[in-house]
Amino acid sequence: MTASRTKNRWWIYVPLTVAFVAVVSPFAWMVLGSFKGEGEIRANPPTWLPEAASLDNYTQLFARLQFGTYFLNSAIVAVLVTAGNLIFCSMVGYALAMLEFRGKRALFVVVMATLMIPGVVTFVPLYVLVVNAGLANSLPALILPFLVSPFGVFLMRQYIVGLPKELLDAGRVDGAGEVRIFAGIILPLCGPALATLGILTFLGSWNNFLWPLVVAQQESEYTLPVALALYSTGQNSIQYGLLLAGATIVVVPVLLVFLVFQRRFIEGIATTGIK
Amino acid sequence: MSSPVAVRRRGVERAAWFLVLPFCLLFGVFTAWPVLQSLFMSFTDTRNRDLRSPFAVEFVGLENYVKAFADPLFRTAAANTAYFVLVGVPLTLVIALTAAVVLDKGITRFRAFFRLGFYTPVITSIVAVAVVWRFLLQDEFGLINTVLGWAGVEGPNWLGDPDWSMPALILMAAWRNFGTAMIIFLAGLQAVPPSLHEAASIDGAGPVRRFRYITLPLLRPTLLFVSVTTAIGYLQFFEEPYVMTNGGPLNSTISASMYTYRQFGFGNYGYASAMSYLIFVVIAVVTFLQFRLLRERG
Repeated sequence: MTASRTKNRWWIYVPLTVAFVAVVSPFAWMVLGSFKGEGEIRANPPTWLPEAASLDNYTQLFARLQFGTYFLNSAIVAVLVTAGNLIFCSMVGYALAMLEFRGKRALFVVVMATLMIPGVVTFVPLYVLVVNAGLANSLPALILPFLVSPFGVFLMRQYIVGLPKELLDAGRVDGAGEVRIFAGIILPLCGPALATLGILTFLGSWNNFLWPLVVAQQESEYTLPVALALYSTGQNSIQYGLLLAGATIVVVPVLLVFLVFQRRFIEGIATTGIK
Repeated sequence: MSSPVAVRRRGVERAAWFLVLPFCLLFGVFTAWPVLQSLFMSFTDTRNRDLRSPFAVEFVGLENYVKAFADPLFRTAAANTAYFVLVGVPLTLVIALTAAVVLDKGITRFRAFFRLGFYTPVITSIVAVAVVWRFLLQDEFGLINTVLGWAGVEGPNWLGDPDWSMPALILMAAWRNFGTAMIIFLAGLQAVPPSLHEAASIDGAGPVRRFRYITLPLLRPTLLFVSVTTAIGYLQFFEEPYVMTNGGPLNSTISASMYTYRQFGFGNYGYASAMSYLIFVVIAVVTFLQFRLLRERG
């Protein structure tokens, strides 16, 4: 029965392939377009493969528009934000999952209640805070507000709760303190949860827009999305080749990382049931 | 002398606080405090000149909220946001569920390949894809209108026509976001016991009825989760109009978040805070309502 059913369904690959092409083609068009000159990008009808491929757009981005700096800013911020979340959120996740302490319930309630606080609610007072702390236009202003997240705590707590409690007793019999049990026994078992949290946090930081737009007001502090958005709405807004190359620089690095880790990542999303 | 158990317990307590302290400090300063201060600011006339003295400001009660409801542009922004959510969320979920069902039951080969392709837009920067889509949606030489032209359809001036600008943004949002919902639906579908479907088949239920009476009810918690998270994201949409239309044409795509950001840019911090709290309240209410709605039917 199964065999006949699948045999009858070959046609389903036709709409599926059309959908696949529709979903993926904007990226192909973006990458190919980034090697085209201005004239060709505006050609009617549009071309797919560049007739005279060149790296001019990229040379301009890095030589004239400092995309090297923006790339570095984005990378530094994303790496530190990811590191902070992995360390601090797993610490809290462990405490909430395995230890008894005063205030535990209250902390858990706060974490759950703030899982969905939108960035648009906090950015105004956060800006006032950052300016008064003398941190405006600095990388710490881009990093500090994102070093921990209730979502990360929730994710790590859910994972650690599922680990056997006997691990604690084993460690305690050996005379290890709680912090050593955490670092030496629990953390090494958290690989899948840490991987999911790490990739999600990195992507979130790399693609983050509203807060960097608010707080980075000098070119030297721009991240890639901020630079791209400002160039695309400013005086370079009609230099399509340049903008497509900029978009490629934002998208392709995370695309490559994603393709390498995709299996683990997609499974992580499916099991935790989160974005 | 305290007992070894008591000593142990005190040690655990101290260790626990050591572990949660960094989180509590960072979270308190950069999230909890701003959430409260935002509420405070929304009842004041704080402007950018008050930046250095955020508490030496005039208390104005509900004035900012009254002003927001009377502000025609905020009302337009709120209506646009409602449009984006009410059309965008169902569209995204229908596409995601269709893709998930086809990948789950319809095919046996290349499943991982299609799954990967459909998921890819999710990981990309909205700013970057908005830049790309701005060109795809161009009136004359845009790829989308060219493809429509092959089918004999004359595509609209998507981003230049107030009637088509919002559909264009919704289309792009659905394209970028349906992958997340699809993955979660796939996990939900795989949790449906095949024995239920087999039993229903034996009783003579066709695939449509089996989907309606077996799959869909079992998928309710997943549906709830995905609709809430998608709606929360869409209620805050910002990058799309910022990059693609600057809120135009004729304010047809200005969103609540974007208008809040604009008022912040004008230096009206109190007013911007009030509007951001309105968005916050709507998000909380939507979350609550969707929980009630989907739970009651079950």
